[in-house]
Amino acid sequence: MAEFDNSTTLLLGRLNLSAVPKEPIVLVTAVVVAIGGLGLLALLTRRRLWGYLWSEWFTSVDHKKIGIMYMILGFVMLLRGFADALMMRLQQVWAFGGSEGYLNAHHYDQIFTAHGVIMIFFVAMPFITGLMNYVVPLQIGARDVSFPFLNNFSFWMTTGGAVLIMASLFVGEFAQTGWLAFPPLSGAGFSPWVGVDYYIWGLQIAGVGTTLSGINLLVTIVKMRAPGMTLMRMPIFTWTSLCANILIVASFPILTMTLILLTLDRYVGTNFFTSELGGNAMLYVNLIWIWGHPEVYILILPLFGVFSEVTATFSGKRLFGYSSMVYATVCITILSYIVWLHHFFTMGSGASVNAFFGITTMIISVPTGAKIFNWLFTIYQGRVRYELPMMWTVAFMITFTVGGMTGVLLAVPPADFVLHNSLFLVAHFHNVIIGGVVFGTFAGIAYWWPKAFGFTLDVFWGKVSFWCWLAGYWLAFTPLYVLGLMGVTRRTRVFDDPDLRIWFVLAALGAVLVALGIAAMIVQFAVSIRNRHRNRDLTGDPWDGRTLEWATSSPPAPYNFAFTPLVHGLDAWSSMKLADQQRPDAPFLPIHMPRPTGSGVILSALATLCGFAMVWWIWWLAALSFAALVGYAIRHTFDYDRDHHIPVEEVARCEAARDRQLALAEA
Amino acid sequence: MTTATETADLPHWQTEPHHHEEGASTTLGFWIYLMSDCLMFAVLFACFGVLGGSYAAGPGPQDLFDLELVALNTGFLLLSSITFGFAMLSAQAGRKGPALGWLAVTLAFGLAFLAVELYEFHHLIHLGAGPQRSAFLSSFFALVGTHGLHVAFGSIWLVTLMVQIRQHGLGPANLRRMTCLSMFWHFLDVIWIGVFTLVYLLGTV
Repeated sequence: MAEFDNSTTLLLGRLNLSAVPKEPIVLVTAVVVAIGGLGLLALLTRRRLWGYLWSEWFTSVDHKKIGIMYMILGFVMLLRGFADALMMRLQQVWAFGGSEGYLNAHHYDQIFTAHGVIMIFFVAMPFITGLMNYVVPLQIGARDVSFPFLNNFSFWMTTGGAVLIMASLFVGEFAQTGWLAFPPLSGAGFSPWVGVDYYIWGLQIAGVGTTLSGINLLVTIVKMRAPGMTLMRMPIFTWTSLCANILIVASFPILTMTLILLTLDRYVGTNFFTSELGGNAMLYVNLIWIWGHPEVYILILPLFGVFSEVTATFSGKRLFGYSSMVYATVCITILSYIVWLHHFFTMGSGASVNAFFGITTMIISVPTGAKIFNWLFTIYQGRVRYELPMMWTVAFMITFTVGGMTGVLLAVPPADFVLHNSLFLVAHFHNVIIGGVVFGTFAGIAYWWPKAFGFTLDVFWGKVSFWCWLAGYWLAFTPLYVLGLMGVTRRTRVFDDPDLRIWFVLAALGAVLVALGIAAMIVQFAVSIRNRHRNRDLTGDPWDGRTLEWATSSPPAPYNFAFTPLVHGLDAWSSMKLADQQRPDAPFLPIHMPRPTGSGVILSALATLCGFAMVWWIWWLAALSFAALVGYAIRHTFDYDRDHHIPVEEVARCEAARDRQLALAEA
Repeated sequence: MTTATETADLPHWQTEPHHHEEGASTTLGFWIYLMSDCLMFAVLFACFGVLGGSYAAGPGPQDLFDLELVALNTGFLLLSSITFGFAMLSAQAGRKGPALGWLAVTLAFGLAFLAVELYEFHHLIHLGAGPQRSAFLSSFFALVGTHGLHVAFGSIWLVTLMVQIRQHGLGPANLRRMTCLSMFWHFLDVIWIGVFTLVYLLGTV
């Protein structure tokens, strides 16, 4: 247990010298990050980039730029979350034969908690939100989302949450509870210091962003589709995004309220989830999984959409079974709400309840299986081009199917009683999250990168990264299936049985391979940017795509489309190409667009400050920053002048540039 | 299924200027927000359902609730919904003065509701029946208190909107905001009916 001091001062609450990290590993990390951070700031200052970043990116309400910022956030946090993973793998190889390893319990418990929290909330969520933000408005032929300012604000709230989580590494500690912070362990009695509070406020601030961005994208899809794009003519990625955002809106409030109640238990002394005065800890477990199970479908559904787009495009065929794909997506959306109890069959709710949730869980694999067959039949008799996005897709289909089958295994309550809380479970969910969400994100990045930046990604380094990731995943997690079947529990720090060690060594080698995959991906980005003139995408349609995002230039003009496309069927851009459409030479019109604003940055900075003050019990600062937050929000509502028109000359200039590019591509 | 030949001579781009209705999505967006808020209350109702009988050998609803006071408070809130309705009617008719007047009446009822609720909370805590006493009281204070916080937030918004209507009149932007606030206000009424029934009536009758 770390030494901590909860005594408070008026000025700094319980923030005192005990907050300075004493463990050498953390200390060194802190110093390295501080030096690196200062170096980055100095570089930005020297290159005079602050003004550019502020006016072109941070304050931008353009859904494309916000989408790219989400992806950058996700990638940066992936590095942090993966560092945690490597540390765990090393500890579990080390701590055999009486050795305690190199991480004490306090540190190790923080690492597995931080790893889970960061990977789900600050890697996977930004990745899918970023993809949806970038692609959905383009796919439906819209110029932006419904509420562009809210979009910018949502991004900065997510970032604010990430900042708090990162701060916990250097000031104080993080939770040692596992990623869902079950009480009573997460209550004030067993977690008296700041770890769980960082967890709570980090997630709450990011959660506001997630909920608002869910509402935003949902309304965008419902209200802003191009004329003629009926629901059953929407691209599949838009469909899966619609369902994912419905799930976000209908599940994140549950997380928010559950965490508020945990906060009250910790700060006010209420008895919702305590072990005394009538509190009920299993209520928390139920509530958090009522959010948590839909959450896994929030993560995977948009990627199912990516795989559908990629499979159709690179097989050169219409997607097989479009309507069944839509219905399967909707079925999964609904079913995802009635399976949550399978996360704790061991709670003891009895055979009937367990049977119900076991059966619903098995049923959910039916629509998922239908999807796999649809992708296979799309490939069947297609002219498949094995570009990077397609490679990730095929890897997904194989990997995810195995993960799905181990999931069905776990859905059988008697089997789950044996495998609950074991490494088998850990292997299962990494199997579906890496095989599904991560591979899908990488497929999406490789697929839409040329759209976003105007040049394709380097194929050689992409393949290096792909094979490292694929082999690395299997080498890292197959041993965990074996260990889990042998009964090894998750979150264990030290082992006695030397026979287990070889499996942990294999898993660690797998993690190193994945690390090489990440490194190769960074090299891939760098090489692609350096060679961007060689890999130019002049047509705006490098893959012979089928949906409307490929109907505009790469990268698209700020207004996306000078003229709104008219949709007459599925795969609108495909039929436009077949009909040999011409871009209209009708007179351009001024385009009505929202104005950039710094309010999102300021509001989320105030929210983050307020969260930090609450973590450390600095009440005056919490009150002050909260008052400032409300005051600034009210002030923002007094600004009625939020739009401007892009003048005709500007539109004409952008479109002329597009004409020149197309002519160059012809030549 | 439409084929390429069928769509060949159809127009593919909209070149005519079309009217882009400003804020057309706001009402839908706000509805969806309200539904997400409704889910937060659903969690609180569920907690009250689970923990509402866990008195931990402390006081229960029979000992604590003064139904007449709550009935009065319910009256305040329901009346405030009606007066907000009148404000909306005036605003739709473009009559700024009466609209502001009815909003002020609504605000007064809202504040009266909050005052009575604060008195009730103070009284309970004074009796030793604070939110820490039992899981029943924790869930009671959380449910009723969250509703009260919403009314307080709605009141702040109401004042802000009155200033904005005074400054900018009843233009489309302000009418849209007023519509949103009115939905918010009525939503809180609906929630309160649930609270009144489940917590107070079922608890004491």
